[in-house]
Amino acid sequence: MNLTLHIWRQENTTAEGRFSTYRVEEISPDMSFLEMLDVLNERLINKGEVPVEFEHDCREGICGTCSLMVNGVPHGPEKGTTTCQLHMRKFKDGDEITIEPWRAKAFPVLKDLVVDRSAFDRIIQKGGYISANTGNAPDGNAIPIPKPDADWAFEAAACIGCGACVAACKNASASLFVAAKVTHLGLLPQGQPERYLRVTAMVEQMDQEGFGSCTNTYDCEGACPKQISVRNIARMNRDYLKAKIMGN
Amino acid sequence: MKLDSKIPSGPIESKWSNHKFDLKLVNPANKRKYTVIVVGTGLAGAAAAASLAELGYKVLCFTYHDSPRRAHSIAAQGGINAAKNYQNDGDSVHRLFYDTIKGGDFRAREANVHRLAEVSLNIIDQCVAQGVPFAREYSGYLSNRSFGGAQVSRTFYARGQTGQQLLIGAYSALSKMVGSGAVKLFTRKEMMDLVLVNGHARGIVTRDLATGKIESFAADAVCLATGGYSNVFYLSTNAMACNVTAAFRAYKKGAGFANPCYTQIHPTCIPVSGDHQSKLTLMSESLRNDGRIWVPKKQGDNRPPSQIPEDERDYYLERKYPSFGNLSPRDIASRSAKEACDDGRGVGPGGRGVYLDFADAISRLGEKAISARYGNLFDMYQQITGENPYKVPMRIYPAPHYTMGGLWVDYNLMSTIPGLHVLGEANFSDHGANRLGASALMQGLADGYFVIPYTIGGYLAEAKQSAVNTDMTEFKLAVKQTEEQIAKLISIKGKRSPTSFHRELGLLMWDKCGMARNEQGLKQAIDKIPAIREEFWQNVNVLGDAANVNQSLELAGRVADFLEFGEMMCHDALHRNESCGGHFREEYQTEDGEAKRNDDEFAYAGVWEYTGLGKKPNLHKESLAFENVKLATRSYK
Repeated sequence: MNLTLHIWRQENTTAEGRFSTYRVEEISPDMSFLEMLDVLNERLINKGEVPVEFEHDCREGICGTCSLMVNGVPHGPEKGTTTCQLHMRKFKDGDEITIEPWRAKAFPVLKDLVVDRSAFDRIIQKGGYISANTGNAPDGNAIPIPKPDADWAFEAAACIGCGACVAACKNASASLFVAAKVTHLGLLPQGQPERYLRVTAMVEQMDQEGFGSCTNTYDCEGACPKQISVRNIARMNRDYLKAKIMGN
Repeated sequence: MKLDSKIPSGPIESKWSNHKFDLKLVNPANKRKYTVIVVGTGLAGAAAAASLAELGYKVLCFTYHDSPRRAHSIAAQGGINAAKNYQNDGDSVHRLFYDTIKGGDFRAREANVHRLAEVSLNIIDQCVAQGVPFAREYSGYLSNRSFGGAQVSRTFYARGQTGQQLLIGAYSALSKMVGSGAVKLFTRKEMMDLVLVNGHARGIVTRDLATGKIESFAADAVCLATGGYSNVFYLSTNAMACNVTAAFRAYKKGAGFANPCYTQIHPTCIPVSGDHQSKLTLMSESLRNDGRIWVPKKQGDNRPPSQIPEDERDYYLERKYPSFGNLSPRDIASRSAKEACDDGRGVGPGGRGVYLDFADAISRLGEKAISARYGNLFDMYQQITGENPYKVPMRIYPAPHYTMGGLWVDYNLMSTIPGLHVLGEANFSDHGANRLGASALMQGLADGYFVIPYTIGGYLAEAKQSAVNTDMTEFKLAVKQTEEQIAKLISIKGKRSPTSFHRELGLLMWDKCGMARNEQGLKQAIDKIPAIREEFWQNVNVLGDAANVNQSLELAGRVADFLEFGEMMCHDALHRNESCGGHFREEYQTEDGEAKRNDDEFAYAGVWEYTGLGKKPNLHKESLAFENVKLATRSYK
């Protein structure tokens, strides 16, 4: 199939960006979206033009490196899918596709479609862990965990840290990302000792990083490639409120 | 080059505990005076950086990713082994040790493997304490499943995302130490070279992938946890950025590289769909618990699978290996798939595929149960191929996946360069010639959490180094050489993209040094690689500048190293005149096509020493003694 791509090009963080238009021809429907961009880049290099920078790594939908707003939707039109797992059979011959980086104040553009998501790491560094120094652990079966709790914790823990939730949100809120971690650790017995300290520290760091507030539009859940539920946000807010009342 | 494995004396069960007692200690108050560099933040690197910082060392931790959580450990699907015997099915430390030695086709070091089996118990405990959400039964206790090459259920898992959950555990431990200031984390910094002072590893040179800045960092010891080299084949299940550069630069500085020809070809990957293919996708080996592998009995049978009656199907693994069946080890399952396809009985486009069929399991257990076990894998398969595996059998084919070879290390995980420690997939020590499923996660975490925290203390306490800093000539020279290489790559402005060279090398390696190898093919590859390399240095086209994000430049540097590394790999495969594990030499097979080892001549680790560009490296040998597991022909029949 033949496609027209409108791609955001930006030299570096401080430079002004613009859309450039490219034609790609003879694209196989079996290609992934990123392989289609590989083809574009190979052709650009062969023509002596600087290739388009986009981030990607595992190409299996698990590392969270790939991003891209595809026609205004984070990770493109397929639900519950990262861009690397989106395939060209979802598009039609002659389609025009607009490709942009994540747009959020807390995710500055480094070049073209590459953004800096280190704000997420700094939030985790404030409390997204259980303090269990190596060597301290009791036997793995010493604390049975009810299966429903373990399953919910797992669903929250499935977050890949890609940032689609932020990109989808009109407020650029990181609530779903933070809530997923707060829920994952806060549901488990091992996570109880630091539960309220954790939620306070993480929410405060999120605010400091310049993410917006949550206004319950649920776009984050809709964009999440792992389909993490917004009920985690409600749970986070409850824990945060409790922490504040208790004075943590 | 001297290879002293430093295996402790005494019976195998007490070697590690005795050794821990014998190692010199660094006093808690003195630990903060030592700086350790950790390169890589996968399971081994993140676990090591966190654990060393908890002990009190100053840690500088580097990753080329934007975040430590992206490392490719994250993509491991199936699980992690531990000899917990929670299932009461006869597992023990000795059985895990035995299975791993046998699975590795008697080419691993017994003492290391036994230690691995011992600490496997602690790993599960540690991960649970960190909040890793392993699968559980309704009782609330941990669940297990079976994996290839074992007859007990010892694999712990978190659906098909075990690697992700373990990595997030290690990443959170690391993040805590970054938050407290004990670890200084450097993201988007790729290691370009190793710096030696007086023959000891004392620092690294890095390139910042956002700004292009070349810098150096000094320390008292360096740990490489930089993964494997499967991407030498271009198409593999590794992430796009996985590369051999850090390990290869250490090799060029004098670290011995062991057994590079031991590469694992994973039997269950989605077949190649066309020339555009950028990587291959693994389907977890756990699928073989419920999926049955078959091909048509007739050559060139093009009927859809549903129209091929039961008695015209060849369930070849069940037929050839009745006691292990579909759970035969990876090397055996891969080679059998290749044989079936070479015989003209492969399925799908190009005939390079076999069926992995869930129809029996679905009729026995119901679609819901299968979905609970493998739902995410089935979804992924459908996204990639556009076929529904609940209705039609999956098509799979082997693909490069893991590399057992790596930098040679002694029992303390130290390479032949004093102070340079190597962890996880980047070293060679535990899997011999073939790794069993669910053992890579185990080894990465064992090295990072439970081995290096002890052994590095022993090194630091004994080495008593003088202080170094990055103003010294050794550092400045290494920085200058890196800058020159980058400038050279940018200046060539030839006609071919870095990817085109990578693809050319990869196809050659896959063809001549892949699932099956022979003398003639390896010699051809050794002739051809230098020519590709020469063309690369004259005709590669790296556009853009070096002072911004430039992925072509990053790739060009990595391909340049693969172009040297591939040659060494072929030398290793050529010299090893036997078949063992993942190294199958066509000249050395039994009458029924099984690998034929030659223990009299090749029961050693082959360790290569760099002698200069384009020159044949020197071979050194560490002989392997099997005192606790009897050398035997590996049989899964």
